[in-house]
Amino acid sequence: MVFNPSPKQFKALKAVIFVLALLPFLRMAWLTAAGVPVDPVEFLTHGSGDWALYLLCATLAVTPLRRLTGWNWLVRLRRMVGLFTFFYAFMHFMTFLWFDHFFDVAAMWKDVLKRPFITVGFLAFVLLIPLAATSTNGMIKRLGRNWARLHNAIYAIAPLAILHYWWMKAGKHNFEQPIVWGSVVGVLLLVRVWWRLSRPRTEKRITPASVRS
Amino acid sequence: MLIRKNPNGIDLPFPSEITPREVYEGRRAFLAKVAASAVVGSSLWEMATREAFAQGAVQKLPATRNPGFSTNEKQTSFEDATHYNNFYEFGTDKADPAANAHTLRTRPWTVQIEGEVKKPQTIDLDRLIKLAPLEERIYRLRCVEGWSMVIPWVGYSLSSLIRQVEPTGNAKYIEFTSLADRSQMPGVKSRVLEWPYVEGLRMDEAMHPLTLLTVGMYGQVLPNQNGAPVRIIVPWKYGFKSAKSIVRIRFLRDQPRTAWNGIAPDEYGFYSNVNPNVDHPRWSQASERRIGEGGLFTPKRKTLLFNGYNEVASLYTGMDLKKNF
Repeated sequence: MVFNPSPKQFKALKAVIFVLALLPFLRMAWLTAAGVPVDPVEFLTHGSGDWALYLLCATLAVTPLRRLTGWNWLVRLRRMVGLFTFFYAFMHFMTFLWFDHFFDVAAMWKDVLKRPFITVGFLAFVLLIPLAATSTNGMIKRLGRNWARLHNAIYAIAPLAILHYWWMKAGKHNFEQPIVWGSVVGVLLLVRVWWRLSRPRTEKRITPASVRS
Repeated sequence: MLIRKNPNGIDLPFPSEITPREVYEGRRAFLAKVAASAVVGSSLWEMATREAFAQGAVQKLPATRNPGFSTNEKQTSFEDATHYNNFYEFGTDKADPAANAHTLRTRPWTVQIEGEVKKPQTIDLDRLIKLAPLEERIYRLRCVEGWSMVIPWVGYSLSSLIRQVEPTGNAKYIEFTSLADRSQMPGVKSRVLEWPYVEGLRMDEAMHPLTLLTVGMYGQVLPNQNGAPVRIIVPWKYGFKSAKSIVRIRFLRDQPRTAWNGIAPDEYGFYSNVNPNVDHPRWSQASERRIGEGGLFTPKRKTLLFNGYNEVASLYTGMDLKKNF
């Protein structure tokens, strides 16, 4: 039998995942305030970037996991995980703008335009903004079919994020992590292509309009 | 294993069944680590064991301060200078060297001197340390990644050694080779760089009195994670030019293929002089974060040409430093 949590269980599960997703932020804030990291800017930049990527993968894993397990209720957790992805991406960007450039916007733009790895990272972040902004129930209703179209942008954002990570690590020839997470994103995207090709129209899409959390 | 009784009634395994000591101990260490990482998480485990492994007994190294070659800027704490290192032979994370370098054996240690010299030889570490009086010099250290430290090193000018081995007229470059031993250096398994790590200088750079053959820091013998037992310090160049744990010094006619320059010549020049006007392709070199100076809200420092060591400028007169970066 397919596991189906009661509304009470679902609420508890959601609260647990909320706290878990917040823990990396609390840990980074706590350690930085305590003066533990030798180079706090590097620590926050890498930490927030890593977690944005992990949560992006978790967001992308919801649909494949739902289809594999039949746990349709998983989709009701997706918005929260997606918003946490944006939260860490925002923290990543703010660390760059604030502690690396001290709000010197001109210097930031110079960096964004001059260095390809920052250009693609910046683009991925900018593309995330409308997705976060349209995550409310009201926006979902208002946008209707266009909501799903807009949120397909995630399929561009994920490869851009991997490219950003890859080019950043290329500076030190250290590709181990980009290969691992690039493969994860690759599998999560390819599985969608596979489904699309193998069963073109029979699959009923679950949209947030039909399953609201 | 089958249990057999020999005529005396004592159980004896066949010699071939006895696990060698190293394997047995290695297995135990491995299992302990796996168990520990499963329970506490690997980072906590590393934090708990790092201190015990990395520090060991402190060995004092008396030296006279050379004020002419020392800055009076605030020194980086010993803790930061020994726990935030790039030493890829022990892993790519900056906490890795402090956690892993305890496996490096620094005695016995010899340095081979070869190539275009009249007196090629193998010098034992004890002799090397006594070759010239030890000085303490407080140098700025600027990493190519954009951070900096101020460290009191112990050593003597590399020129003292070079004069004793008498380079031939053909010697135009000097090459330093670091140890690359998988059994002592876990990072050598990775393919991040070509091993062994090789660095090099032009002869006039190597002969400059600022170039320090270094055997200690903070008044003691070099900790393993900082390039023990002998390394080079070239304070006007990015840190990666200062080869660690040196086992060979070679005098050459031609410019050697060096580690970072060899794999990414567009990003890491052979000279790699600290220069705020020449950006690394991936980041600006105009400013730097001084480690231990304030926190998040402390503005970065302006990076100085030649890391503030203007006395080396004459080595590069007539050279386009943007081309020869």
